[in-house]
Amino acid sequence: MGIKVVKAGMLTTVQDLGRYGLQRYGMPVSGAMDSYALRLGNHILGNPDNEAAIECTVMGPTIYFEQEQLIAVTGADLSPTLDGNPLPMWKPVLVEAGSLISFGRRKFGCRAYICFQGGLDIPELLGSRSTYCKGQIGGWKGRPLQEGDRVAFRHCYKGKDSLFHWSMDSSLYPDLATNTIRVMDGPQLACFENAGQKSFFSNVFTISNNSDRMGYRLTSKPLRFKEQKELLSTAVTFGSIQVPPDGNAIVLMADHPTTGGYPVIAQVATIDLPLLAQKGPNDHISFERISLDEAHSLLKKQHAQFKKLKSAIALKYE
Amino acid sequence: MGIPHTQSFGITLPNSIGHYPLGDQALVLSFGDTISEAVNARVRQVATHIENWSQPGIIEYVPAYTTITIYYDPLLTSYNDLLSALQPIVRDIAENQEYKRVKKEIPVYYNGEDLAYVAQYNGLSEDEVVRIHSEGEYLVHMLGFVPGFPYLGGMDKRIATPRKDVPRLRIEAGAVGIAGQQTGVYPMTTPGGWQIIGHTPLQLFDLSKESPSLLEMGDCVRFVPITYDEFIQLKTKSNGH
Repeated sequence: MGIKVVKAGMLTTVQDLGRYGLQRYGMPVSGAMDSYALRLGNHILGNPDNEAAIECTVMGPTIYFEQEQLIAVTGADLSPTLDGNPLPMWKPVLVEAGSLISFGRRKFGCRAYICFQGGLDIPELLGSRSTYCKGQIGGWKGRPLQEGDRVAFRHCYKGKDSLFHWSMDSSLYPDLATNTIRVMDGPQLACFENAGQKSFFSNVFTISNNSDRMGYRLTSKPLRFKEQKELLSTAVTFGSIQVPPDGNAIVLMADHPTTGGYPVIAQVATIDLPLLAQKGPNDHISFERISLDEAHSLLKKQHAQFKKLKSAIALKYE
Repeated sequence: MGIPHTQSFGITLPNSIGHYPLGDQALVLSFGDTISEAVNARVRQVATHIENWSQPGIIEYVPAYTTITIYYDPLLTSYNDLLSALQPIVRDIAENQEYKRVKKEIPVYYNGEDLAYVAQYNGLSEDEVVRIHSEGEYLVHMLGFVPGFPYLGGMDKRIATPRKDVPRLRIEAGAVGIAGQQTGVYPMTTPGGWQIIGHTPLQLFDLSKESPSLLEMGDCVRFVPITYDEFIQLKTKSNGH
């Protein structure tokens, strides 16, 4: 026994940190769009980093608990409720059997994660529980959750506590009001006119409605090429900013194709992928240029914070 | 212009092989911007080395027409460490020119709905199209687009046919098609605009296998004509019944 989906929400999928090792065969990585929120949720529950959770998009689902379980909701603030009362985020919450979780108005961000202690009883496919919807591969039957789906827990709750008087320091999570995304120069930056390069780093871009887990289409003044040229297909990745001939940039997201043939003007720094994943249609963003060294040291700093958090939380469950 | 300027990072690779970062978790080795069998062989050889590598922090690699992209964990290794470790590998490949390709056969029942059109377009009979298509040897330049889809090189110009004006909404998994001078096999049922000349009973991408892809970049492929009965027999076998 576990949960039953009462209302599906806009796009509710099972995701872990992704399916690695098969991109050379054309298999996308998929996984949580905001992998940071997923990892923090798992940490709060004492789960391994890579445990699969439910990714909710803009309009969250309504979920009935057939069995009690310890959960944590992280990521976007989509006004989660537990039996009609506000459900606190960023902390362990014991949900009793017979309770209902639902979501309301979108306050900050686009994607919330419902993490379960011990995880969901879904088989791994090619090393991951992530859903690749377009390929109908993995996760829950290769598709988003629908009304009536019943997903079991892998373990029932064995803890003694029913109330938890601590929550994660929310300053560890990025401020979702930030609109500046840090990027590094892309391999084909030189394909663009000087003015085009300059405008890329100073323009404000709007995320279009035509954006999904595969990619965000950005609108602004089109970016001008020095010379149009077809490139040979080569690997692209989460955060690659491609520019098709029309000059409107596309940022590749978690379900991105493994290879592409458009010039990559810039590459989003890994540290800011979660922030970008929390942006949605009609949000405005701009790009700030950083070096490879800066990108690496930001990741190292974050990793150190993570380790500290992990050991602090481990003490809570002793 | 398509090939970016190699950044120096204090290390140069032999034989004018370029390298550049793709963000903070990937290093790209570039072998120029011309598709060829020789370049394909070199990319394949680097890939084989990486597969058997004990270098820490390697996540995965993606070979393409003239590049190989190596994904790494920046908490475990750095761009420069990776580049230094790649130096001897790249040098060995330059010295070892011989490369033995893995040959694979794909049985095809040439019953495609567009076989007649491809024949008519090129002023050939259907049998001639089948003969020309199945006589060729095709090089797997890379896999991509959808899981298991091979970009094949080496199709005879005599059977080249443009894509359909209006793509089909549904092309069955296993369909063998032609698009311009390319030929390929659809690994899964998708919409598509290729001219379909036949079907293979094999599964190009089998989710139940640990190594799910039938083909690897660098393989050499031949299409072997089969009858309807053989198609049904092989299809039953490949579905595991």
